[in-house]
Amino acid sequence: MRRDARGGLLISPIRNGTVIDHIAGGEALNVLKIIGITGATPESISVATNVKSSKIGIKDIVKIENRELRKEEVDRIALIAPHATISIIRNFEVYEKKGVEIPAFLIGVVRCPNPGCISNTNEPVPSKFEVLPKGLHCLYCEWMITKDITNHIL
Amino acid sequence: MNHIISIRDLERPEIDCLLDKAALIQANQYNETALKGKILALLFFEPSTRTRMSFDAAMARLGGTSIGVDSVEASSMAKGETLADTVRVVSGYADAIVLRHPKEGAARLAGEFSSVPVINAGDGAGQHPSQTLLDLYTIRQSMPLDRIQVGLLGDLRYGRTAHSLAHALSRYDATLHTISPKGLELPSAIAEELGEDGTEIIEHDDVSRVISELDVLYVTRIQRERFPDSASYFKVASSYRITPELLTGVKERFIVLHPLPRLDEIDPRVDSLSHARYFEQSRNGIPVRMAMLQKVMS
Repeated sequence: MRRDARGGLLISPIRNGTVIDHIAGGEALNVLKIIGITGATPESISVATNVKSSKIGIKDIVKIENRELRKEEVDRIALIAPHATISIIRNFEVYEKKGVEIPAFLIGVVRCPNPGCISNTNEPVPSKFEVLPKGLHCLYCEWMITKDITNHIL
Repeated sequence: MNHIISIRDLERPEIDCLLDKAALIQANQYNETALKGKILALLFFEPSTRTRMSFDAAMARLGGTSIGVDSVEASSMAKGETLADTVRVVSGYADAIVLRHPKEGAARLAGEFSSVPVINAGDGAGQHPSQTLLDLYTIRQSMPLDRIQVGLLGDLRYGRTAHSLAHALSRYDATLHTISPKGLELPSAIAEELGEDGTEIIEHDDVSRVISELDVLYVTRIQRERFPDSASYFKVASSYRITPELLTGVKERFIVLHPLPRLDEIDPRVDSLSHARYFEQSRNGIPVRMAMLQKVMS
């Protein structure tokens, strides 16, 4: 366990799992939401918010014990944390480190804001969005989400 | 699968090919038994007179048969069945499905679950490609589609026919002139998208100032329910009414189109002028839909 100069606890290293670093300050909880981690999931989670960063000013950090995130899970993070770095930890060592890439399509990640869209009904389909430079394009009703993407995350 | 869901899915050569085919059909150069033995399912979950009847007639003229439902009340959707299940079942009965549905994107979803081609006959405020094709066809009867000056007048915010036509015309380097009441302007997202495609869009607040520049005026209905009271509706509607007096001095090849039904947008006195093409436009629904049915089922 690490302690600061006055003996207070800092986030401890994890033995196995995933560390998501360089999340923009204040976005850590949205990152957890986008990868589907809620209070009901069994993983031990450590979250540090508004930590000073030489790279991005103020950053958030998330550590998830005993779960290695898959590529399609981490790429979703790029929507709200394009500078995030992902480290896979095995036995306290960084086994793998990677950035995030914005995926070409988002399936079942974002709810279409158009109340008239067929994807917002009881039909057996997930939402489907194409990721374009100017925003997210609903493949059903053709609406565009150009801002506040986190507000539409399922 | 050979669906026709959105005009935006069709490249210019495909559009031109459909319009050429429709022209041949209109000149009676078609096989009257081309779709003999084929069955078309008409799934209309919203009221429609023209579109439904014209698909029905188009199928009959090609020797095929139509089956269908006319409303949610008469279908298993009233029992809570999903559109996905309805389409899976109906695609086992027919060789193609024509779908009208109140939800946007419904035809796209139907295409995912259908084992036969789906033609979108209007999905909520979304797409209605057969209307757009017959609009283009009617314009092309009077002039080439390239680089024309097109006025879009009326409710451009909710008017799906105007949106689809605007997207289609962007493939032909048209200049669009938009004329609409305050609050019913072309949505900025659509205007931006058209701009990115290289389409010039010019906004006007008075149709009389631009009418002499236009080759085509596409009039859409201004719906009463968009206004807080009848008085404000009538005030706006009267200032957007097309009259013979307004059409004095227009270009010789100028035409007026309207997807119909019309209310007060066009003075009945305009009907007898050579510029009025909206009834012809409606009749053109038959050859255009015949061409579409042949495309998806052959």
